[in-house]
Amino acid sequence: MDAMTRTEPTDRSKPVDFRTEPARYRHWRLSFEGDVATLTLDIDEEGGIRPGYQLKLNSYDLGVDIELADALQRIRFEHPEVRSVVFTSAKPKIFCSGANIYMLGLSSHAWKVNFCKFTNETRNGIEDASRHSGLKFLAACNGTTAGGGYELALACDEIVLVDDRNSAVALPEVPLLGVLPGTGGLTRVTDKRRVRRDHADIFCTISEGVRGKRAKDWRLVDEVVRAQQFPEYIAQRASALAALSDRPTNASGIALTPLERTDHAGGYRYRHVDVALDDRARTATITVRAPTEAGPGDIAGIEAAGANWWPLQMARELDDAILTLRTNHLDLGLWLLRTEGDAQAVLAIDAVLEAQRGHWFVRETIGMLRRTLARLDVSSRSLFALAEPGACFAGTLLELALAADRFYLRDSEDGDNHIALSAMNFGPLPTVAGLTRLAARFYDEEGPIATARARCGEALDPAAADALGLATAIPDDLDWDDEIRIAIEERVALSPDALTGLEANLRFGTAETMETRIFGRLSAWQNWIFNRPNAVGPEGALKLFGSGRKAQFDWKRV
Amino acid sequence: MIDYNERIPNNVNLSGNRTLQRALEHWQPSFLQWWDDMGPDGSTNYDVYLRTATSVDPKGWAHFDYVKMPDYRWGIFLAPQDGERKIHFGEHMGEPAWQEVPGEYRSTLRRIIVTQGDTEPASVEQQRHLGLTAPSLYDLRNLFQVNVEEGRHLWAMVYLLHAHFGRDGREEGEALLERRSGDADNPRILTAFNEKTPDWLSFFMFTFITDRDGKFQLASLAESAFDPLARTCRFMLTEEAHHMFVGESGVARIIQRTCEVMQQLRTDDPAKLRAAGVIDLPTLQKYLNFHYSVTSDLYGAEVSSNAATYYTTGLKGRFEEGKLDDDHRLQDSHYTILDVEGDRILERQVPALSALNDRLRDDWIRDVQSGVDRWNRVPAKYGIDFRFTLPHKGFHRRIGIFTDLHVSPDGRMLSEAEWTHQHHHWLPTEDDRLYVHSLMGRCLEPGKFANWIAPPARGINNQPVDFEYVRFN
Repeated sequence: MDAMTRTEPTDRSKPVDFRTEPARYRHWRLSFEGDVATLTLDIDEEGGIRPGYQLKLNSYDLGVDIELADALQRIRFEHPEVRSVVFTSAKPKIFCSGANIYMLGLSSHAWKVNFCKFTNETRNGIEDASRHSGLKFLAACNGTTAGGGYELALACDEIVLVDDRNSAVALPEVPLLGVLPGTGGLTRVTDKRRVRRDHADIFCTISEGVRGKRAKDWRLVDEVVRAQQFPEYIAQRASALAALSDRPTNASGIALTPLERTDHAGGYRYRHVDVALDDRARTATITVRAPTEAGPGDIAGIEAAGANWWPLQMARELDDAILTLRTNHLDLGLWLLRTEGDAQAVLAIDAVLEAQRGHWFVRETIGMLRRTLARLDVSSRSLFALAEPGACFAGTLLELALAADRFYLRDSEDGDNHIALSAMNFGPLPTVAGLTRLAARFYDEEGPIATARARCGEALDPAAADALGLATAIPDDLDWDDEIRIAIEERVALSPDALTGLEANLRFGTAETMETRIFGRLSAWQNWIFNRPNAVGPEGALKLFGSGRKAQFDWKRV
Repeated sequence: MIDYNERIPNNVNLSGNRTLQRALEHWQPSFLQWWDDMGPDGSTNYDVYLRTATSVDPKGWAHFDYVKMPDYRWGIFLAPQDGERKIHFGEHMGEPAWQEVPGEYRSTLRRIIVTQGDTEPASVEQQRHLGLTAPSLYDLRNLFQVNVEEGRHLWAMVYLLHAHFGRDGREEGEALLERRSGDADNPRILTAFNEKTPDWLSFFMFTFITDRDGKFQLASLAESAFDPLARTCRFMLTEEAHHMFVGESGVARIIQRTCEVMQQLRTDDPAKLRAAGVIDLPTLQKYLNFHYSVTSDLYGAEVSSNAATYYTTGLKGRFEEGKLDDDHRLQDSHYTILDVEGDRILERQVPALSALNDRLRDDWIRDVQSGVDRWNRVPAKYGIDFRFTLPHKGFHRRIGIFTDLHVSPDGRMLSEAEWTHQHHHWLPTEDDRLYVHSLMGRCLEPGKFANWIAPPARGINNQPVDFEYVRFN
């Protein structure tokens, strides 16, 4: 493996594209039977997204997870009849052996971190769908379920392990690779599965894992079922889980039409979103445009608009823009968030989202907005939102500014720069910390939140926004250019690592959830380990895996 | 509509710059209020024969006329722009000079400008009561000239803050008018600028020695990669020269007067000379020792990472950087500084980048030494065997390697007891200060001079020495 070239995500000649569709899947099969969808993992060994490794034993890389993320979207939007989802494997004796170790060994640090972040987001998305979309997930572990494979199972509502006297669930990262089960595994074992800490300690330090009765006794799985009964049991549980769902019985899906994007030298252009790259300044400007009109207000109109409905189309474009920038433009450390267009149209759509939120498609659209904004929160880029006349930071789009590390409003002499709050700022779009961005901003203190709520729907000028605590600064026309230029230049000159740590610490307020523990505690430790010679040095465990040589550790505890 | 060009002479297109106009509209009344509160005591209604800069060309920068100081046209002048100017030292060497503040260096540059700017009003505050004891109209006029130009230098620094640092810059501009020299709660930034300037001997020493620190700081900032700062400082240097002239010639005239009396009375006995109402030469040497050592501290510690960073990032160069013949990066070169090991003072080689404070101090010492050499011609002319000398670099220091150590003027390490026993030979005592203070009385008849100071060789702007330089109305 030593002769292989490193996996370089910044290689502009081979950018990662997150857009796909079931017909192009190489690793997953998505099938439907009544209200149950089945996602069958059957990884193509030769189908790695980067050269240099084979995806043996149903081990995955970023390309596999891009398909999984897409499949979940298809189930959410195109198959409202689905009420439960079964994960299983088409490979004999193996459910999934987790992330491909050779891929990790070849990857740059940035690629590993980005890969882990995306897979974490996808697993959070499974739980988000369970919480909000009426979809329940069942891991049908019909073979060995190790590492990232078990982490995928942990994201499901229920885990069933086949009892074939061989298959086990395992988190062998520590003993085999000298790293952590960092795609949420370590956190979900405790926070979600409530495995006792000494059991978790044993489980995470043995490479062979746990099977049979002990797996169930330790809460690592919900049931262990003999191979002969396995299919029948899975069908029965899938059906029981489906019965819990509130998804509609007679709705037809909304086709997620291919996302159109124009790639040009200066950036990316979508219908409602523009990305302008500035390699010299090391910034990217993301501009989100309001619709030209409010669009349909009734369900029939919304369904007819389908994937073209502004909130869904905008969210899909923004999501793709975030992922593309995050993966393919590592050195653009500061994203400038701008909006353009009619704030009234945005507020009118917010009113429709609020009024129709009980409808499955509207609910899914709000979910898409929620997950996209949450992706922004955990992006390791500085975020400055800039509001100038013509901007429309209103309601849903105001969340961009509230997600940002700083929000500058131009206190324009003509008085034509306004922002507005809507019901969307007070509940439907929480961060992964479980609080709205407003609540997190004000440390959940009732006073400032209530004061802001009382101004819902009003056009707030910069001074009013400042008084409510929503603006970082409101430079006037004379100061604006210099203040913004200096703030940007100052920001991009700071250490990117220190900024990533700083922003991750400041963005979420004081609330902790399983998700914030995954993105905070687990990821931070994992990323530290990923930098240590004991994992990635020439004699490190991750580097030597599969070579037959034993890792040489530096025994000093740090 | 205010005619900005009339009220505020400038070469920065003030009438076309709304940002600057707004900032100044607010700041100018505050400045005038500050001048009224803290400027020269009781001088508001005097007509003073002052030099005003109305442009940067040779004709315009020295326009002489009677002016009431509150009506002085404090202007904003930058040396003309060299459009092709390139950064000539540090890691940005070869890049075009910056016309805007790079965000990366915003806070450091602001700090440099604020620290420099703070010294300007500070010295006006330190000197505000001196007008009451002026030894002549000629000297009173020179004091006021220095004061209004320090005021203009404050304007120059505030211009940079207003033009390039946005709201932060405006707040710093206000704060420059709010600090007060010697105020326990809200002092000026640098220690030397919180000392008193209680008498005219101190004033002359200050302008000779401490304003010379200003010259070297301005000269190294005149090399800055930030072009507006470089140009501002270059023009300020033309005015700073006059302040040092006032100091050097003032002390020289005191020496001259003392030598005259020494010759008349055929004595060098300080008691007899004091009885005759002049300042004996050993007392002048003590004042020199004091001001020299206190000002030496303004250059900071001998080894400084800040100084290294300022240089490497292009914010502040060396004195006459452009005339130096080396690589202008200094990554691999060394500089010799003094160090202390046990009870010995020795020389040590340190990386040149870290020793830039000391190097600038050495440049200043050479310049002070040439002034002292010129002073020494005066006793020589009178056949008096006395030479003024600069004390050792380690003498009476409060910053750097020699802090907490006692070093004699000739460079010997002393014990605490020796220092306590001896220092009154080297620094002005309370008695010395009281004596000097006792000489201070107003002498304001045109052409008359106090007994302890000789008249100058010539007047200002080719006017006679007995010209009415100040009219009291």
